[in-house]
Amino acid sequence: MDKGILHLHELKREFRMGQEVVQALKGVSFDIHKGEFVTIMGSSGSGKSTMLNILGCLDQATTGVYEIDGIPVEQMTRNELAEIRNKKIGFIFQSYNLLPRTTAIENVELPLLYNSRVSTDERRHRAVEALKMVGLGERLDHTPAQLSGGQQQRVAIARSLINDPVVILADEATGNLDTRTSYEIMSLFQDLNAQGKTIVFVTHEEDIASFSSRTIVLKDGYKVSDTYNDDIWIAADHLAELPKPV
Amino acid sequence: MRVLNLLKISWNAIQQNKVRALLTMLGVIIGVASVIAMLAIGEGSKESIKEQISSMGSNMITIRPGAGFQGGVRTNPSSQQTLKLEDYLAMEKDVDAITEVSPVVNGQGQVIYGSNNWPSTLYGVAPGYIDIRVLKIAEGSMFTEAEVNSSAKVAVIGQTVVENLFPDGEDPLGKTIRFNKIPFKVIGVLEAKGENTFGQDQDDIILAPYTTVQKRILAITYVQSIVASAISEDTAPDAVDQISELLRERHNIGEFQEDDFNVMSMEQLISTFSSTSEMLTVLLVAIAGISLFIGGIGIMNIMYVSVKERTREIGLRMAVGAKGSDILVQFLIEAILISVTGGIIGALLGIGVTQIIEKILMWPVIITTYSIFVSFAVCAITGIFFGWYPARKAAALDPINALRYE
Ligand SMILES: Nc1ncnc2c1ncn2[C@@H]1O[C@H](COP(=O)(O)OP(=O)(O)OP(=O)(O)O)[C@@H](O)[C@H]1O
Ligand SMILES: [Mg+2]
Repeated sequence: MDKGILHLHELKREFRMGQEVVQALKGVSFDIHKGEFVTIMGSSGSGKSTMLNILGCLDQATTGVYEIDGIPVEQMTRNELAEIRNKKIGFIFQSYNLLPRTTAIENVELPLLYNSRVSTDERRHRAVEALKMVGLGERLDHTPAQLSGGQQQRVAIARSLINDPVVILADEATGNLDTRTSYEIMSLFQDLNAQGKTIVFVTHEEDIASFSSRTIVLKDGYKVSDTYNDDIWIAADHLAELPKPV
Repeated sequence: MRVLNLLKISWNAIQQNKVRALLTMLGVIIGVASVIAMLAIGEGSKESIKEQISSMGSNMITIRPGAGFQGGVRTNPSSQQTLKLEDYLAMEKDVDAITEVSPVVNGQGQVIYGSNNWPSTLYGVAPGYIDIRVLKIAEGSMFTEAEVNSSAKVAVIGQTVVENLFPDGEDPLGKTIRFNKIPFKVIGVLEAKGENTFGQDQDDIILAPYTTVQKRILAITYVQSIVASAISEDTAPDAVDQISELLRERHNIGEFQEDDFNVMSMEQLISTFSSTSEMLTVLLVAIAGISLFIGGIGIMNIMYVSVKERTREIGLRMAVGAKGSDILVQFLIEAILISVTGGIIGALLGIGVTQIIEKILMWPVIITTYSIFVSFAVCAITGIFFGWYPARKAAALDPINALRYE
């Protein structure tokens, strides 16, 4: 089997807390290929976030191999990791993490502020395009306080798209949203996936996982299953079937 | 490009907390304003004292009788008669660090011309006196050495005397005035000089040969003081030493005995004055500097609070690719922006206050560019110094922990 765009081999992560050692990941291996939409599932404490943080270069594995786009990151310095995050990764959080009192467009521009190769005009242009893509073309100058949770998460998605990343990583991105809004967000992810974006999505909701093409299940720091989905739900269709809000 | 972006980020952060930023700046504003105002006042008063003293003759050396102090009490020097005419003649002959020397004997009295009379002071001096005191002859001429030798009854008068004796604009030259009933022929008129530093009218003056004044007016053989002018301000201390040595020898003063005379140069007077005003300036600037320092601590405090408050923001910035150095520079710029903006406002305020002081209190002030330059540099350094630790703390944060921070 050829190496994927993300390649993990026997990845382990330990947390040392005084005398105690917590093994959050005990040796996980898999490859994710370009264009896949993968959900990572598992009960609370199974190591999903720990894994996603490593995939997102926010954290480093204790041992094991992790390569992104063919680049091994184990030995990288803080600055090199920041560079990878800036160029190759789009990260979406459960709690949106937008800058308060800052407009949608400025929030979306943020990653490019740390990329000196992108000019001011180019930055603005790309931010507008990304916001249009997530359906917020009319709300460029709204601050987070003026947006609903679903809209804030769309701004966060636009922000993750702006650097044209190798992979989009989302940690329970629908965790704070109601079913309807969650489905809208999933529909957006499916659109992005259809355009060729690689997505890794952490969730513990079964129905959300049904929208993806592959599901990896973690348990106690081990990968316990890795299945391809034959019957991918279409989020847009399920959205239409939901009872209309009154 | 990157720094420009960071500048923008920092500026926005300040914009979002205007009131807080302004309050933080207050310490710096007050510090800088007071440094500039204090220096302007100090510099202004120093200059004006210097100027006024110089107008009295900056090379001038004055020799008075008396030891100055006796048992802590200042003795009345004019009652002492230790300075003799021979001392003056010896100085003229033997002291080469001086260009001119003149004895001074003076008496108060009523000066009369026609029906006008005026109380004034008659100074018996040598012709060199006008050069020593930087007086100028407006009309006529100074009396000569020959007129001194012959005890001629001639006088050179100041403008105040002219105004009071010749109120109708009559030409005083050639007229005979009487001082304490002794007639003097006016042969010269002095240019106006105004008041000196101590508020005395320098134009209320009548000059006559010292021989005439000694014999006809005072009936004395000693002199009340001797004035001389050093070659230059720089040689004044030398001249003082030479004169002291000469007089000690002439007065038979032993090695451990106190002088019976007192030599003082203008330069000493100036340095006494300017060292007092300099000390005051140093003190004021020190106080202002302390308030600048406290302003800096205020900045540090606010930057710590700011870093703490914005921990999640820092985590997010790092998550999207900001390096530690980007975060460091961002917070450093923020601290410098606060301190330098405070510095600009403070400088303007300081200049404004200085102008008000000049207009309302009529104090002489001089705003030096170096004071503005220095307080600016100090502000930037304050920003860097006090912003450094909070900024470094921010830069060292771990992105995951920062993102989780509540
Ligand atoms: N910074 C840390 N220090 C110590 N232990 C940690 C740390 N981060 C995670 N862990 C531990 O690692 C294990 C996995 O945590 P992780 O956050 O990955 O779980 P998760 O699958 O994301 O759970 P959830 O669904 O509740 O978000 C847990 O036992 C947790 O206590
Ligand atoms: Mg988690």
